[in-house]
Amino acid sequence: MLHEMIQTFMSYLGQTVTPGQAGNQLWALIYVLIIFAGVSVAVICMNWIERKALAHFQIRLGPMRVGPHGLLQPFADALKLMLKEDIIPAEADAAVFWVAPLIGLIAAFTVYTVIPFGPSQAVSDMNIGILFMLGVSSLGVLGIVTAGWASNSHYPLMGALRSSAQMVSYEVAMGLAIVSAILMTSLNSNGADGTLSMIGIVQAQQQQGIWFLFKFFPLGLIAFVIFAIAMVAETNRSPFDLAEAESELTAGFHTEYSGLRWSLFMLAEYAAMIAVSSIAVTLWLGGWMRPFPNVLHAPVWEFIFSLFPGLTFGALAAIAFLGTARMPSHSFFRIQRVGLGIFAALLGLLALLLLLIAVAGRGNDASLAARFREGIDYVYWFVLKVAVFMYLFIWYRATWPRYRFDQLMRVGWKVLLPISLGVLILTAMVPLRRELWELFIQILTAIWETIRRIL
Amino acid sequence: MTPVATPFFFYMLAGAAILSAMLVITRRNAVHSALSLIVTLLSVAGLYLMLYAPFVAGVQIIVYAGGIMVLFLFVIMLVNIERVSKERQFNRIWPVGLVASCALLALFLSAFRKGKDLLPNRVGDLPEASNTQEVAKLLYGEVVKTLQLPSGQYVMGQYTFAFEIASLLLLVAILGAVIMTKKKI
Repeated sequence: MLHEMIQTFMSYLGQTVTPGQAGNQLWALIYVLIIFAGVSVAVICMNWIERKALAHFQIRLGPMRVGPHGLLQPFADALKLMLKEDIIPAEADAAVFWVAPLIGLIAAFTVYTVIPFGPSQAVSDMNIGILFMLGVSSLGVLGIVTAGWASNSHYPLMGALRSSAQMVSYEVAMGLAIVSAILMTSLNSNGADGTLSMIGIVQAQQQQGIWFLFKFFPLGLIAFVIFAIAMVAETNRSPFDLAEAESELTAGFHTEYSGLRWSLFMLAEYAAMIAVSSIAVTLWLGGWMRPFPNVLHAPVWEFIFSLFPGLTFGALAAIAFLGTARMPSHSFFRIQRVGLGIFAALLGLLALLLLLIAVAGRGNDASLAARFREGIDYVYWFVLKVAVFMYLFIWYRATWPRYRFDQLMRVGWKVLLPISLGVLILTAMVPLRRELWELFIQILTAIWETIRRIL
Repeated sequence: MTPVATPFFFYMLAGAAILSAMLVITRRNAVHSALSLIVTLLSVAGLYLMLYAPFVAGVQIIVYAGGIMVLFLFVIMLVNIERVSKERQFNRIWPVGLVASCALLALFLSAFRKGKDLLPNRVGDLPEASNTQEVAKLLYGEVVKTLQLPSGQYVMGQYTFAFEIASLLLLVAILGAVIMTKKKI
């Protein structure tokens, strides 16, 4: 019995496909749990980083009291939100009010089924990956709209109306930008077909030896920029956060929400931000690939790049140790000092473990250590690229003032949509340029012949 | 690999679709109806997935659940629900609907009973491609090849027919919308 259980558990480890393809439901469940926990931790980290970074942008300190440098602030917040009274307004539509945050949350987390953290580090590789992601993430707006309506109050309703109009308009430009990237996947030199699968898209970039960001320069870059703008609008983040514009609508669609339900909205928003960032990373930034895999492909370079995860955590540990050393030597700070020291030691241990794996799994043999090392590398580079986007979200919020609604609509329909259409047409034409040129010459000669005959 | 498309999922999705479709027509509150309709559409998308037609399922979610239903809700939210739910319903065509649905039920039942003789035993190798391909062959003869890409693919190859039919449908819908909104053209 126990032996069989262990065998079922181990059956996936030797394979190089996603658990969805291997049909291994146990490992699919494990992946789902890992991703769920990882995204929740990422949201907690993001919460802290956002508050600290915004504060430093404005020359403030940000949270400093709960734990060293406010490190425990997100946990304190979460505890407070869980203990807070959960109010459903008397005039609200209770059932819809209750279900609205769940819609947003489920939509935001379902998307993670197809996000490729590596060639086999995804729950499943769907044939329609990117389409599935777009569809499910477009369901997120339903949560906002129903929340705004169910509150039966003016500000939430206006927030919901704004948000639905905004998300429907920006989805168009976003979709067209994505299509231009998908078109590029069909241009493999081995004649393979284009693909919608998230893993397939990254593999197409690997095969063509170029990130789609730089493909057909500047077409890929323009499509990427359009997507990067539309994704900020799609997640209702500043400068497009009109759905929750606090200066006009108190808190927009979640004005009437409190406690745990409100925090579910926050969780859904941040999860959706990570999800759209990973779409951008997958489509244009080479997904799980490390920098320059086609130029620096010698085993030495492979080894050097595989040291990065360990070194990153080592740097974090060093920063934490520095914080411990610089802590004022007053008895008031003793607990904080010990806590930060333990945190730094844990980070250092993690760094050592990662370095150890990198050393043990060097070389391209098929041993378990090598597979483990590869997996860590893939996830590391993917998460690093996504983290850059998450920081950009904070940076945008600190830098730009909020758009007015008519400006928002003008940008969406009159600027982004035409440009993305143009990019799409050009991207479709570039691989056919020779045929089109010949056609053009033929038409010109035909016209010339006709004119000559008439004269 | 064991198939995940077990009877359990079929009955769950079909049950959810039927139940929520009933809720759509029995709720007095229009927003509740719209939300139930979303559940129906999602369950049908799940059924498409079980038929190995993932593209149709994806498009169903994007276009209907994500696009059209958001617009529906957008419009419904502007209506005063309190007043509307107290107003007398003015459509009296439910007998017609009853007859139509009974006829459809009879059709389904007969297809279920005699289906073995009526329907072919197996479909082509690519369930999502073969049907449109066959129709296109019937209409156009062999596959229409218009423009070849350097990689050896054809633009508008075997899906030309489906593409044209879809665009015709959309044209009809646009004309209908124009005629309904404009009294004089």
